[in-house]
Amino acid sequence: MDKRVTFKSLWLAGALIAPQMLLVFVFFYWPASQAFYWAFTTQPPFGGVNEWVGLQNFREIFADRVYWNSVQVSVLFAVASTTLSIVMSLVLAVAVDRQLTGYRTYRFVLFWPYAIAAPAVGLAFRFIFAPQAGFMAALNDAFPGLWNPAVNGGHAMALIVFANSWKMVAYNFIFFLAGLQSIPRSLLEAAAMDGSSVVRRVFDIQLPLLAPTFFFLLVINITETFVDSFGIVDITTGGGPARATDLMVFKIYSDGFKALDYSMAAAQSIVLMTLVVCLTFIQFRFVERKIHYK
Amino acid sequence: MADIVIRNVRKSYGKTEVVHGVDLTFEAASFVVILGPSGCGKSTLLRMIAGLEEISSGEIAIAGRVVNKLEPRERGCAMVFQNYALYPHMSVAENIGYALKVAGVPKAERRARVEATATTVGLGDYLDRKPAQLSGGQRQRVAMARAIVREPKVFLFDEPLSNLDAKLRVQMRHEIRRLHQRLGTTSVFVTHDQIEAMTLADTLVVMNQGRVEQVGRPSEVYARPRTLFVAGFIGSPPMNTVPARITAPGVATTAAGWTIEFEAADFRAPFGTDVLVGIRPEHVRIVAHGGHDLPVEFTEEIGTGRLHHGHLAGVPFVVHEEAGPGEARPARLSVQLPASHVHLFDPETGLRLDAAPTGTATRALSAA
Repeated sequence: MDKRVTFKSLWLAGALIAPQMLLVFVFFYWPASQAFYWAFTTQPPFGGVNEWVGLQNFREIFADRVYWNSVQVSVLFAVASTTLSIVMSLVLAVAVDRQLTGYRTYRFVLFWPYAIAAPAVGLAFRFIFAPQAGFMAALNDAFPGLWNPAVNGGHAMALIVFANSWKMVAYNFIFFLAGLQSIPRSLLEAAAMDGSSVVRRVFDIQLPLLAPTFFFLLVINITETFVDSFGIVDITTGGGPARATDLMVFKIYSDGFKALDYSMAAAQSIVLMTLVVCLTFIQFRFVERKIHYK
Repeated sequence: MADIVIRNVRKSYGKTEVVHGVDLTFEAASFVVILGPSGCGKSTLLRMIAGLEEISSGEIAIAGRVVNKLEPRERGCAMVFQNYALYPHMSVAENIGYALKVAGVPKAERRARVEATATTVGLGDYLDRKPAQLSGGQRQRVAMARAIVREPKVFLFDEPLSNLDAKLRVQMRHEIRRLHQRLGTTSVFVTHDQIEAMTLADTLVVMNQGRVEQVGRPSEVYARPRTLFVAGFIGSPPMNTVPARITAPGVATTAAGWTIEFEAADFRAPFGTDVLVGIRPEHVRIVAHGGHDLPVEFTEEIGTGRLHHGHLAGVPFVVHEEAGPGEARPARLSVQLPASHVHLFDPETGLRLDAAPTGTATRALSAA
């Protein structure tokens, strides 16, 4: 069944993949190897050759309360943002699948947010949720102290969760909609004949059959919150207030490029990388192989 | 027991009308088969009864209650789908019991009813399997059990046998018939297979292009097709229809010079009227001599007999010969067309030209 071109000459095949390999090497393997190098060494404060320290950097970060805070914040962010974006996108996809009025427009428009870069999303939400101007200012005027992400850690977390889920809803929506549309219409009709209401059909038929899509998106969303949330945090909260939104990926950036502690930042990125590798493994091992219903 | 009354029902998608005003009455406890080629609107009609399609205009009443605005679940119909539509994530028992679960039947009772139903369709040992682990015939049985267990007022079958192989199809056909005799539930069965239609139906409805062509008992429809379409659709091979002209009372003459007598005492058409003379291949009588001469182009053996193919007045003409000592590949045949088996149709309208129709055929006429 598998139709593929077989290259007889090795150098031609090599030449064709070379540009891609070069990009992957320069922008992924080389920086990653550098991160490994830094993670196991430490830089003398006044320059010179890096000193091999083994696992000491890791011991230090795992002993650091601030690091554990960032882990905690990241997990909270991952759970909240994934839950919100998956639930929202599922509701939207079910509505579009039922072809409610205007579904063609929604289907088209709903994908746009995913095409927006994270910093742009952050900027937009920074304006929308600014306590002193705009929409939230009006609410703050009516209920003083209702919303201020600059001082309230909970508010700041809510802000980045909103921003990130808003972006991810688009992505999830497309997958859920595709999943819903691949469920044979006659199954829903059979359930309707069996006396099941619209809402009950969603829970009894559509959601169970969407399980493979659901697990896939769960993993993708969690991974995304770990690695792609930097732009949003950097623009909106800058990790604050009082490290309330100091996500792991943001802490790596601030430790490395603000505090210029490459070694500790590198050790943290190795930890994050391991985490993402694990998620990717789960993705390939369990999710991709999950039985898809015919 | 519920009767179904369909009054001037139409269905359109946008500006395209696909069902053009259907009037039908299905008696309680009868087995009705709606037969027609694909795209004739038969499935749409069934789905309108089920409540899966909106009724564009007209009225459908089940057991005396107009159901136009009712949800499918409020209509008391159970449906068997062409592709079975089993819930792939549920076991056989869960599939069968889903309707009961939705209806809030207590677990113990549900279990008992599911088991009893599964046993009647021969699925007692498969309750824990998933649909993917079943064969086509078993899936079909699950679909049936799912319909039976609810004890509905009406069974709706949407071409349920068309995905089965030939042998299984016959077997399931018998089971459906047996089931109907046992339960006596009003059933509406949609198919494009005339054998299924003839064998299952108490009442046969033939549809074409969104209209009802004829309603009647299968034998009536076979014996007195109301239109050319029905004549060609029912019977295998289909009825021969030959252009001819009325030349004398009770006599039509073909372009080839065959004079064909017909029985239609009440039918008076002026001489010279163009008609189509119909006769079924199995009604053509082969005689030793003295009949009309028909050159045979080729002959097919079909086990129960032979089909001799030729042409008459420029149109194909088929003769069915019972198995017997006759010549296997005759070059010509001498045939007679018994007047009692000759049908006449109007070549313009396609309608049967005949003495006043009787019985259900009257209903069919008024239905159109």
